[in-house]
Amino acid sequence: MSLGGFDVQVVRESGFATEEMTLNMGPQHPSTHGVLRFVVRADGEVMTEAVPDVGYLHRSIEKIAEKVGYHGFMPYTDRVDYVAAMPCNQGWAMVCEKLAGLEVPRRAEFCRVIATEFNRIASHLLAVGSMGMDIGAYTPFTHALREREYINDLLEELCGARLTFNYVRIGGVGWDLPPDFERKGLAYIERFEPLIDEYNSLISFNKIYKERLAGVAVISAADAINYNLTGPNLRASGVKFDVRRDLPYSIYPELDFDVPVGTGEAGVVGDCFDRYMLRIREMQESCKILRQCLRQVPPGSVLGKVPRKFKPPVGDAYVRLESARGDMGWYCVSDGTEYPYRVKIRTGSFTATSIIEKVSRGLMIADLIAVIASLDLVAPEIDR
Amino acid sequence: MKELVLSLIADGGVLAGVPYAVAAPLVMLGFGAVVVFGFVLPIAGITSWLERRVWARIQSRVGPNRVGPQGFLQWLADGLKNLLKEDIIPSAADRWLFSLAPYLVVAGFIATFAAIPFAAPLIIADLNIGILYITAVTGIVVVGVLMAGWASNNKWSLLGGIRSAAQIISYEIPAGLSVFPVVLLTGTLSMQGIIQAQGWAPWDWFLFHNPFTFVAFFLFFVAALAEGNRTPFDIPEAESELVAGFCTEYSGMRYLLFFLEEWGNLYVIGAIVTTLFLGGWQVPAFTENLLVLTLVQFGVFFLKAYFFVFLAMWIRATLPRVRVDQLMTLCWKYMVPIAIVNMLGTAVWMIVVSEALGRLVQIAMTIAGAAIVVLFFRRVRFHLRRARLQPADYYYSPII
Amino acid sequence: MDAAALHASLRERFGDAILALDEPAAGDRAVRVAPAAILEVARHCASDPALAFDCLSNQSGVDYPARNEIEVVYHLFSYATRHAAVLKVAVPRDNPVMPTVESVWKTAIWQEREIFDLLGVVFEGHPDLRRLLLPEDWVGHPLRKDFVEPTEYHGISTKRESML
Repeated sequence: MSLGGFDVQVVRESGFATEEMTLNMGPQHPSTHGVLRFVVRADGEVMTEAVPDVGYLHRSIEKIAEKVGYHGFMPYTDRVDYVAAMPCNQGWAMVCEKLAGLEVPRRAEFCRVIATEFNRIASHLLAVGSMGMDIGAYTPFTHALREREYINDLLEELCGARLTFNYVRIGGVGWDLPPDFERKGLAYIERFEPLIDEYNSLISFNKIYKERLAGVAVISAADAINYNLTGPNLRASGVKFDVRRDLPYSIYPELDFDVPVGTGEAGVVGDCFDRYMLRIREMQESCKILRQCLRQVPPGSVLGKVPRKFKPPVGDAYVRLESARGDMGWYCVSDGTEYPYRVKIRTGSFTATSIIEKVSRGLMIADLIAVIASLDLVAPEIDR
Repeated sequence: MKELVLSLIADGGVLAGVPYAVAAPLVMLGFGAVVVFGFVLPIAGITSWLERRVWARIQSRVGPNRVGPQGFLQWLADGLKNLLKEDIIPSAADRWLFSLAPYLVVAGFIATFAAIPFAAPLIIADLNIGILYITAVTGIVVVGVLMAGWASNNKWSLLGGIRSAAQIISYEIPAGLSVFPVVLLTGTLSMQGIIQAQGWAPWDWFLFHNPFTFVAFFLFFVAALAEGNRTPFDIPEAESELVAGFCTEYSGMRYLLFFLEEWGNLYVIGAIVTTLFLGGWQVPAFTENLLVLTLVQFGVFFLKAYFFVFLAMWIRATLPRVRVDQLMTLCWKYMVPIAIVNMLGTAVWMIVVSEALGRLVQIAMTIAGAAIVVLFFRRVRFHLRRARLQPADYYYSPII
Repeated sequence: MDAAALHASLRERFGDAILALDEPAAGDRAVRVAPAAILEVARHCASDPALAFDCLSNQSGVDYPARNEIEVVYHLFSYATRHAAVLKVAVPRDNPVMPTVESVWKTAIWQEREIFDLLGVVFEGHPDLRRLLLPEDWVGHPLRKDFVEPTEYHGISTKRESML
């Protein structure tokens, strides 16, 4: 029995006047992930278009970089995507290291990867939990957040903060792993990995859930590449590309993990369910990576020799790394002084928001929520 | 009821000398007031507390536990707080309709209690159209919800109100059609009559009477959930889409009245399902003492009805929400045809199946039902055992 | 395909529209392109089977008041061949007009809106060129080096008088 809805064809007989409603899914809303506004034109339940209106969280972070200097910009990078702050930190450090040609100590690379992968799991937990809650299932959200709390505790032991870490430094990381961190991290992975299966049996393969998400907002691979979708959004459309595997950086070449791709298991390749399932699978891959890293952290220093007044040579560099929301592009122009001349951060959510207008034509309002949640938008990334 | 009133207005009774035409409505109002203020409203409030606790435990957290023992007085605190809140009516809203809507909704729900049985002698009015009256009166809720959605002068509320109206009206059909098999079997619409046609033992319940009523039970429960705007059909108040749907613009007690109706309606659903399918208040006649028997009957009925309240809470915490068009598809394309088949099937069953064969089927279905329940509890026990982690596998937070 | 080879191949095809090869002391080398030709070059980069740059990974604007130019930097990437390239287009600061590449890569729609919003570069042919991050009635382009912060916006002062 399929709950597939009506075939959406709004045909009006002559003489029956109807009006299109213009609705405002305003900046304050329980379900748009962050401060995001959509102007929706709808004919009853069916939308003709949903135009995003962004900028409510614009803090001109890129201009601030020109004022605070290379070292001083690190805490600001946390706020670019506060849900997955470690990759943002790492991105800024990587672009500065590329400009100055610095080597990062091996132990520092391991610390960076461990922190980033834990953060990736936390971010995906929040994403899938919020998605469940938006679709109406309140329980998976609380279970996901419960698991995320343990990761927050681990990362708090590591760097003192639970959300905006400011852990990575140019040339290494800020603090070494605390004693017994590896054992605690491995114990957590042991506890967490079977819970993913429990999560799946609770919500992922629930019939109502699948019917809500299957076949909704299908994004083809060509569209995904053309609109520069990244990360889970791109891979769900069938493009097997992961920056950690294909443009490897740090110690990822030595680690063994798979890159899951969307297979259209509930409907069509590239629909909301694929994007959702892909995040679940990526959490499992992150567990694999963490197991390998936590078992073989080499000894050594965690911070290379970096001058206090960091003055990279004149030039500009572009670095890509895999954040929780896909590949982030960090572009930095240096003019030889200790203040960057221009910093540009190209984030996954920014490009994902640009496709919503196209994808939302003909969907229902309830589906718009599902689309926003499945693209895993966070407002700070869009607006910076 | 008539005898009771006559005995009261006879000489020596409490209302001696009062004419019947005055005494009868007074007595009925009295009983109504006792039921409403002593049973209905506390039950609605306590259901809210229980729902929050049950939800919380399912979601791996605690729920309200501060106000009173185990947070039991939380509902009183919430009610009191809402009574004291500022009553905001949006300036562009239609004042009279806006104010009237919650009262209509609550009236529609409280009026059903006139025909809901509690025990053999405990019913305010044993109407000979009992179940029909209840189904009809809950329709007033639709008017109230639509009024709330329209009068709020808010597009999101309007959407919520219209969705709700479409939903409730659509699901009246399978609900009504699922009542028919039972009515066919008993030949009466009276609530007490339906209960008396069943027995206390599970194989005498209409639930296990024949496969068609078995299916009708599930159909009715699902349709009743949809009528009550409960998840998975809580689209009208879908939090993540419409903030609070048709009651977005309401504040204070008016807002709480909508939810009072929702929680109280759960009990009404439970009571109707118990009456129709689960044998109502029937218990084996184990004592001559009328008072004790009545109390036991009351307890049995209450427990059975409240089990369905608990079931609705459980479902709400577990399942996601269906989309509006999927909801309509489910109703019109699946539930209505099945309900019609049930009705025809029961009619055919009554004619074709002999007494003995029917008895055999009843016993067989009871055993099957009992087996399913036993298997369910075994599965629960398996999961509970599996979820029990040893402390060594558990990472303890260093902060605590 | 490294930057020098790309430069040579593009120069062969487009001649003088391809300006010098930028080779800074640090970071990536970039091919400079004249503004008028950028759409042709973009189309060629995207459709040519040897180049196959199907993804515009990043498009940024950089303000160079010293050279009196605003530079728009394109970071291209090819999913098929996994190689990357950088194109730079410089437009004069007092009349920053150049064609849009949104017909080649749809992601440019929002990237160019952001560059227009924050730097003031006008992209001809853009379907929807309006401010993205800032309010519609904002005056000025904040990422320019000579941007002076307005003292108030809709009656709200932009200066915080005291920290408390």
